[in-house]
Amino acid sequence: MKELLRVENLSVDFQKEKGFIRAIDNISFEVYPGETVCIVGESGSGKSVTSLSIMRLLEYENGKIANGEILFNDQNLVEMSQEQMRQVRGNDISIIFQEPMTALNPVFTIGKQLIESIVSHKHVPKKVAWEQACELLALVGINDVNVRMKQYPHELSGGMRQRVMIAIALACNPKLLIADEPTTALDVTIESQILTLLNDLKNKVHMSIVLITHDMGVAAEVADRIVVMYAGKIVEQGTVYQIFDEPTHPYTKGLLQSIPNESGPREERLYSIKGNIPSLSQLPAGCRFHPRCEYATEQCKKSEPDLVVGNNRKVACWNFERVINDKVEQ
Amino acid sequence: MLQFAIKRLGQSIVLILIVTMITFFLMNLAPGGPSSMMRMDATEEERAAISEQLGLDDPIPIRYGKWLIDAMQGDLGLSLSSGQEVTDRILERFPFTLQLTMWTIVLSIIFGVLFGIISATNRNTWKDHTINFGSVIGLSVPSFWLAIMMILLFSVQLKWLPSSGVGEGSLLDQFKASIMPVVILSTATLPTIVRFTRSSMLEVITQNYIRTSRAKGIKERTVIYSHALRNALIPVISIIGVLIPRLLSGAVIVESVFGWPGMGRLIVEAAQSRDYNLVMGVTVIVTVLVVVCNFIVDIIYSKVDPRVKNMG
Ligand SMILES: Nc1ncnc2c1ncn2[C@@H]1O[C@H](COP(=O)(O)OP(=O)(O)OP(=O)(O)O)[C@@H](O)[C@H]1O
Ligand SMILES: [Mg+2]
Repeated sequence: MKELLRVENLSVDFQKEKGFIRAIDNISFEVYPGETVCIVGESGSGKSVTSLSIMRLLEYENGKIANGEILFNDQNLVEMSQEQMRQVRGNDISIIFQEPMTALNPVFTIGKQLIESIVSHKHVPKKVAWEQACELLALVGINDVNVRMKQYPHELSGGMRQRVMIAIALACNPKLLIADEPTTALDVTIESQILTLLNDLKNKVHMSIVLITHDMGVAAEVADRIVVMYAGKIVEQGTVYQIFDEPTHPYTKGLLQSIPNESGPREERLYSIKGNIPSLSQLPAGCRFHPRCEYATEQCKKSEPDLVVGNNRKVACWNFERVINDKVEQ
Repeated sequence: MLQFAIKRLGQSIVLILIVTMITFFLMNLAPGGPSSMMRMDATEEERAAISEQLGLDDPIPIRYGKWLIDAMQGDLGLSLSSGQEVTDRILERFPFTLQLTMWTIVLSIIFGVLFGIISATNRNTWKDHTINFGSVIGLSVPSFWLAIMMILLFSVQLKWLPSSGVGEGSLLDQFKASIMPVVILSTATLPTIVRFTRSSMLEVITQNYIRTSRAKGIKERTVIYSHALRNALIPVISIIGVLIPRLLSGAVIVESVFGWPGMGRLIVEAAQSRDYNLVMGVTVIVTVLVVVCNFIVDIIYSKVDPRVKNMG
């Protein structure tokens, strides 16, 4: 099958007081029609920057795509003008953000914000748009749609607002939905409701989803394939089975070990990878992960590993064989 | 809403009481006192008679009380210098001040918001720098000096605009006569609105909902002029309430310099001639005006920001 989205050698820079800083370094991945790809990684690994660069929204901040291609249905989004991109956004590709509490405009009603995204891509009369908006709200599981349409964001709970955001994102039947940690700000019951909703919707409207999360448990539930990011690079990618059954990167392994075990005793302290993610201005030489890595060798301190491809999966680690063998021994 | 209105009414009454009380006491503490406004050739007996008639012999608090009781019944007394009703003298002048301040506030809002947006959306470009420079000049140059310079240039040298008065006859004359007063008065309000709009706009465009609106694929113009502006205007609206008293005090200077027959000049005339009924009258009217304007501003505020609907 042909891929829907292909990110090719993408690098992203941010303008800082003194020159540029590279936030995303040469990443490549693809998304096929109808599949869910999860991008996982700790806070600050560049997940949001990746999603914003696909939408070309970084230009409105201090970011810029330094290199690479983003092919969506064979069109290179990197070369498009902002006006051309405007027609892609919300229409072919939609995004929902990390912060439902602040993602909706506080001075406009839910109805207005929904209708606006419908009419900016489709030429339909106001009345039809209103009806479609009501249907969308019902689709994402909101009751009393006629009341909700006239309410303002502050009158809704966080979970409700995220549902509204999803409705807005789905307004024009996008082929790709990017969900940037859609549940991080919500409590656990709402989180599972939203994830179930996204999964149901994916099957109903047949779209692809890029779900960004730092929660491996979430990824296990919904992903077809997983992309693991660390400090602006992709360190490993593969199918959900490959990643969970046989992680080949020490970082992935660490992430998996830090998933809370539901059956285990409560008091048991959670495993966490030692150390912290480095700041972009102070990246270590060699492999970016080596200061935190228990497999690190002299080679890891000196040179950065490339992504090696094999068996339909990719990993960037000098010692991946040792990581695999280690698992067998356990 | 009703609760809010009642609360505001209470606050306003207290404010008006305090302002009039201070004015009344200060007036009576001034050297010479109110009786010195009488004709110079008045004899001692005449003075005593008039003092008696005006109740000037009573202690100040009693006189304030009497004045207050009359004022509450809508009677602001007689102007001591002309013998006319104070209310009539004020009503005669009021339209001129209204004309001046209305134009100033309307133009300041339109251009202030416009320049503020241009400045914010072209941050750190020559447009932004020019507008910032202009605002600093406008805020820091004393308005009476600017008024004199403008008169020298446009009235004396170029003879384009009249140096004083409201313009006789044709609408064009009236328009020409109000240009300079409105421009000078605007220096007190326009730069403030520009700066508030700019900083408020700069803050708003970094908000998450602006990113959302772009992600929806709506036009950039709609993002700025609808989504961002609507939010950015909220703090700007509240600053307008603060600007109104500043505008009215600016009117005192501008009306005096340009011989504009409004309330600003009236209060100066009244103070000079120790016409304390008139001073009190203008004070009350101006205070009420400020209170009413602020109330209107608050209503607009609650209409623009849905989050303050249930204030009280
Ligand atoms: N506008 C910006 N200017 C400069 N640096 C930025 C900007 N936005 C993000 N960064 C940097 O890019 C890196 C990646 O940030 P990003 O927001 O993508 O992380 P993330 O993986 O989404 O983390 P989280 O889980 O906290 O959302 C961080 O080091 C961050 O400081
Ligand atoms: Mg993020």
